[in-house]
Amino acid sequence: MELSDSLGTTHPLKKLTPGDWLYALVVLAAAGVAFARYGDAMDVYEDAILAGSTLGLIAQGWFWKAFRWYFPLSGALALAGIGLYEQDLARAQSAFGLKYLLSSQSAIMWMCTLFFLATAVYWLGLLKRSDLLTRIASGLTWSAAVMGLTGLFVRWYESYLIAPDVGHIPVSNLYEVFVLFCLITALMYLYYEAKFAARQMGAFVLLVISAAVGFILWYTFDRQAHEIQPLIPALQSWWMKIHVPANFVGYGAFALAAMLGVAELMALKGWLAGKLPAPEVLDEVMYKAIAVGFLFFTIATILGAMWAADAWGGYWSWDPKETWALIVWLNYAAWLHIRLVKGWRGAPLAWWAVIGLFVTTFAFIGVNMFLSGLHSYGSL
Amino acid sequence: MTVRQTSFRHALYELLSSMRFAIGLLTILAIASVVGTVLKQNEPYPNYAFEFGPFWFEVFETLGLYDVYHSGWFLTILAFLVISTTLCIVRNGPGFIKDMKAFREKAGDNSLAAMKHSAELSGSPDAATLSAYLARHGFRHKRHERDDGSVVIAAKKGSANKLGYFFAHIALVVICIGGLLDGNLPLKIGELLGRIVPETRDVPQSQVPDESRLSPANLSYRGNVTIAENKSADVIFLNAGKGYLVQELPFIVTLKKFHVDYYSNGMPKLFASDIVVTDKASGRETPATVKVNHPLIVDGVAIYQASFGDGGSPVTFKAWNLGQPSQPPATVKGVSLASQPLEAGGARYTLELGEFRLFNIEDTRSGEELAAKDFEARMKDAREVRQDAKFMKNLGPSIAFKLRDAQGQAREYMHYMSPIEQDGARYLIAGVRSQVSEPFAYLRLPLDDDDKIDSFMRLYATLKNPALYDEIARRTAQKAAAGGVISADMQQQFENSVKWILARFGEGGFKGLESFLDERVPADKRAAVAQTYVKILQGAVIDVMDVAQEKAGLAPWPKDGAHYRMLLDGLVATSAMADYRAPVFLQLTDFTQVQASGLQLTRSPGKNLVYLGSLLLVIGIILMFYVRELRMWFLLRDGKVRVAMASNRHNRELDQEFARHRDALEQVSRG
Repeated sequence: MELSDSLGTTHPLKKLTPGDWLYALVVLAAAGVAFARYGDAMDVYEDAILAGSTLGLIAQGWFWKAFRWYFPLSGALALAGIGLYEQDLARAQSAFGLKYLLSSQSAIMWMCTLFFLATAVYWLGLLKRSDLLTRIASGLTWSAAVMGLTGLFVRWYESYLIAPDVGHIPVSNLYEVFVLFCLITALMYLYYEAKFAARQMGAFVLLVISAAVGFILWYTFDRQAHEIQPLIPALQSWWMKIHVPANFVGYGAFALAAMLGVAELMALKGWLAGKLPAPEVLDEVMYKAIAVGFLFFTIATILGAMWAADAWGGYWSWDPKETWALIVWLNYAAWLHIRLVKGWRGAPLAWWAVIGLFVTTFAFIGVNMFLSGLHSYGSL
Repeated sequence: MTVRQTSFRHALYELLSSMRFAIGLLTILAIASVVGTVLKQNEPYPNYAFEFGPFWFEVFETLGLYDVYHSGWFLTILAFLVISTTLCIVRNGPGFIKDMKAFREKAGDNSLAAMKHSAELSGSPDAATLSAYLARHGFRHKRHERDDGSVVIAAKKGSANKLGYFFAHIALVVICIGGLLDGNLPLKIGELLGRIVPETRDVPQSQVPDESRLSPANLSYRGNVTIAENKSADVIFLNAGKGYLVQELPFIVTLKKFHVDYYSNGMPKLFASDIVVTDKASGRETPATVKVNHPLIVDGVAIYQASFGDGGSPVTFKAWNLGQPSQPPATVKGVSLASQPLEAGGARYTLELGEFRLFNIEDTRSGEELAAKDFEARMKDAREVRQDAKFMKNLGPSIAFKLRDAQGQAREYMHYMSPIEQDGARYLIAGVRSQVSEPFAYLRLPLDDDDKIDSFMRLYATLKNPALYDEIARRTAQKAAAGGVISADMQQQFENSVKWILARFGEGGFKGLESFLDERVPADKRAAVAQTYVKILQGAVIDVMDVAQEKAGLAPWPKDGAHYRMLLDGLVATSAMADYRAPVFLQLTDFTQVQASGLQLTRSPGKNLVYLGSLLLVIGIILMFYVRELRMWFLLRDGKVRVAMASNRHNRELDQEFARHRDALEQVSRG
């Protein structure tokens, strides 16, 4: 019955393997423990977010099988790190496992190192047309993603060790969201890499991740931005838990699409001939990334508007950040119309996707640097 | 109607509903939006006039650049977008609906054969088998028997894809209508017609005339009001270009208490207002606490915590008469944010008290000097998302005030109440400036062992009192002679020098000495002479303090390093007093804090419409991108079966899917 399976005739639930169910059980158990331990401190919205993310994570694991080991592994590492703390923040400097591997700062530094390595190996693999090297690079990217998620989980815990009223999900400042950006972009890339069996794309996508990693390093060492700060009143909201991640799926997807645009332009020009995937493949992945990015960016902007209605007195205030979100949205709306209705393909859209990254980057960082408004959550 | 008119209308319709027009509008809208993010919107007009000068101010005002998003031209673009989207739906909708319903069972043999995904099966399954196959794969189908005996089975799935188009595009129109309901279009029209006139004067709310007031029936509004603790408000103020409008509320808001709370590192943790809302009609009272992120909604009006500040706090000063510093200080009482007359040194002044602040969380990164920050911002924004708080330090309570003389000239002061430790010594800090645009210059008055400025004031009074110079100079010269620093016959001459230096310093501080040097001493010797003067002064100041203590009937100061440093600081402060230029030094000694809370009140009936539109938009996008429309045909003729497939999007997936279906059908037909 293999054929009918691939045609989607069997009921989706019947296709699930014991591994899928085991994964679901693990996620459910983790959510159950979290609820039992911390349910008292959560309000009804946070209960809903926990329930929603539990279902979302299960669905994600069923949809993308690699997630079934990725998520539990990161979780287990994070738990190991949390265990090593023994409720004492100072142990980050004394306990070996924390100091060199699992404290959030160490884990994130590992993530940075692994992303840099992966970038180099992807390029080497691309230039040498070595399947082995790109496989290694892919593994490095996975490891980096594991360390990144572990780092964020541990950081979440660390913030509560500083003081119970300081604790919060690590998506509240520019440093934390940059880690999130690297993580999400890498994961989305790994999904497409497996789906389209085109590991050469990694050389390009990892470049934008490396750039973000470079920023993280500068921000850490020059500005000490990695220090955990408590949440100011405007950010004390459960909306942050959904608005920020949704936004970064959008940003990550647009960044991914732009880098594929670069690869496609090079392929169309005949550069790196024979070493790049076919332009049509790049074109399709680029479209898929922008489509998913557009969906999440739309959701994120709507969530942002709803948060603004709670915090700033109106769902839309033409704050610079809001306005630039609209500009980004309009840009990709136009891109999708041109592709889907006018049927454009190839170089023009690839160029447009690349330019789109500049617009997105300005909305992401430029607004914080150059424009004033209510939303400047992280200045440089 | 002539043909030409018809064709023009048709061309206009074609243009407005066309894709390129819509794309053009999206682009123009994006670019227009940039303008409003570069130029800060809705600032008070004088700020713009100051920044751009009179000419450009007028130009930009005419273009509506100070409120781009509510300007006529911007709204016109939005209106065109709504029209374009609506026409797009009108134009394409019927076709789409027809297409969604249609099975296209009338497809001809040739067209089926010409499809990119089309093939003749080797076996010949019968119609029932094929129907079952289609049903199993989620296709709906329709059977069409042709006159010539051949049969076409047309099937489709994923028609919801087309539904996505409707959802997404109708969503945009819904969102825009919702936004329009909440926009200030009615106000703009009212202003254009002259029915509504913004108030530009700074008058009490009750004196604002009717044409600047809006009734509680107003459909949507968004305005602010500042309420001091234990005070009430039943109106809010709407920003309207050059002036403001008064929006009357259906209820009265009373502020009971404002809370502000900080984390241990000085970052704000909580802004909250305990309020009571009293309905004007029914008298029903609703008590509630409004926090950032937790508004209160009463009768469709949402009340938000927006800002906070001083609400007029009673303060007490110790007024040191700087003209006659030997006099004991008087007590002056006042209320912050209010003016009162003040008589000092025989002249009349107006004391305009500014903001009182309980906490001054300052950035101390700039080192020893207090950061020269702008203290003008009356109300702090409670909703800002900025969090740079690594080097924060609380400097304690402060009061800002201006002293205006009879000629209307004013200097501005910023006085802190608590001792502030700098470089291991304790000071009272006072800032002064004569121009709002200047940073404050800070005076550091050294505090004595009791943490008071009384000793400094005694030192100051003595330094300013020529009658005591003889006594001081005598002591200094005597000590110098006794210590062998000068010879006995030089004593008289040295005494004269000390007296002379004290007089210069008493008149004009270090600057007084310097100006003398510039006038009388050749340039090449100035540095050496200045050093000598300063040394003499630093020696004499010990005797100044001794005399001051004696006159006050107090024990002399201990002669140690810490106290000597206070004396040197005292000299610096005395010298700086020359620039302080006030008849009195108002030392803040007591206060009763009364806070004010800035509330924003909004009524936005379009909100639910916008949310509905948003939901439609998301559903629409999901349907459009993630539901693929698939069509399949079987042509049964003469025992042969042709299968053809089409999708709304040609991509690799269809190639693969077609191949898989073909294989599966071959298997089925073999049985």
